[in-house]
Amino acid sequence: MQSLPAQPKDESGPIFNAPWEAQAFALVLALHKAGQFSWSEWTKYLSEEIKLAQQAGDLDFGKTYYQHWLRALEKISLAKGLTTNTDLMDKTDQWRQAYLTTPHGHPIDLN
Amino acid sequence: MPNDHDHDHTEPPSDIVLKVKALESLLIEKGLVNAEALEEIIETYEHKVGPRNGAHLVAKAWHDSDFKEKLLENPTAAAAALGYVGRQGEHLQVVENTPSQHNLVVCTLCSCYPWTVLGLPPAWYKSAPYRSRAVSEPRSVLREFGTELENEVVIRVWDSTSEMRYLVLPLRPTGTDGWTEAQLQQLVSRNSMIGIELAKSPAEINQTNQGIE
Repeated sequence: MQSLPAQPKDESGPIFNAPWEAQAFALVLALHKAGQFSWSEWTKYLSEEIKLAQQAGDLDFGKTYYQHWLRALEKISLAKGLTTNTDLMDKTDQWRQAYLTTPHGHPIDLN
Repeated sequence: MPNDHDHDHTEPPSDIVLKVKALESLLIEKGLVNAEALEEIIETYEHKVGPRNGAHLVAKAWHDSDFKEKLLENPTAAAAALGYVGRQGEHLQVVENTPSQHNLVVCTLCSCYPWTVLGLPPAWYKSAPYRSRAVSEPRSVLREFGTELENEVVIRVWDSTSEMRYLVLPLRPTGTDGWTEAQLQQLVSRNSMIGIELAKSPAEINQTNQGIE
């Protein structure tokens, strides 16, 4: 994989702190492989997010990396018309409701 | 079997987790990515994340009986001493395999997994068949993973919750007397720490090494 600015990694690959980080990571790789954006376009969005976060005083680079990653993913998805803000807000709400209405121990889905 | 799954709903995760789920389902619905491709990417990376943390704990426990005692007594603190700290305040319990008892970890809800020490859960761990069958017929599930246990061995199934995660301390393989901690670590697979397999034998390691050379 092409290298990225300041991605947390060790000798064998990137390090995730939580499953959502890996999901966000996988989404970007999959969209890129599907030709939705070039890797250089992606790194531009990501670098921009990291720069903005730094300007806002974020020093904790490693731990917040995937928060920037996710915001960049959101922005590039909106810019490319892959989704809309309304859809995103609606879907986020649907997931929240799904959790609230599913008994613990049952798989959570939207159907 | 411990069971704390008696709430009438499930606490929603943080906004950021919901946001990722929302994005993922929207992109899948539109056919822009597919779920299997995402699974595959995650599968590739999950082996590069945490299992080595857990393997470190296990190998150290095999090698150093004082550490083993600490690990069994207060796993969260023992793991933290090596820098493996859960980010959501969940507790870790280490369950030790013995010649008479084998431990298997499951969660009826897919997200409960000790990812600080094991990385990301494998796809099969999250699957509905595993979640139900590990409880109802653990011996058959183990057999499907190639794990044959003597009939006398009792299988205990541990059901994870959002507050309590389990790590299996596998039996130290025979023929490893005098091995260093680093050598022992090679024998500890992720699956052995979920309890679905046993730790590797020295012979399996030799085969792998010869394969590389």
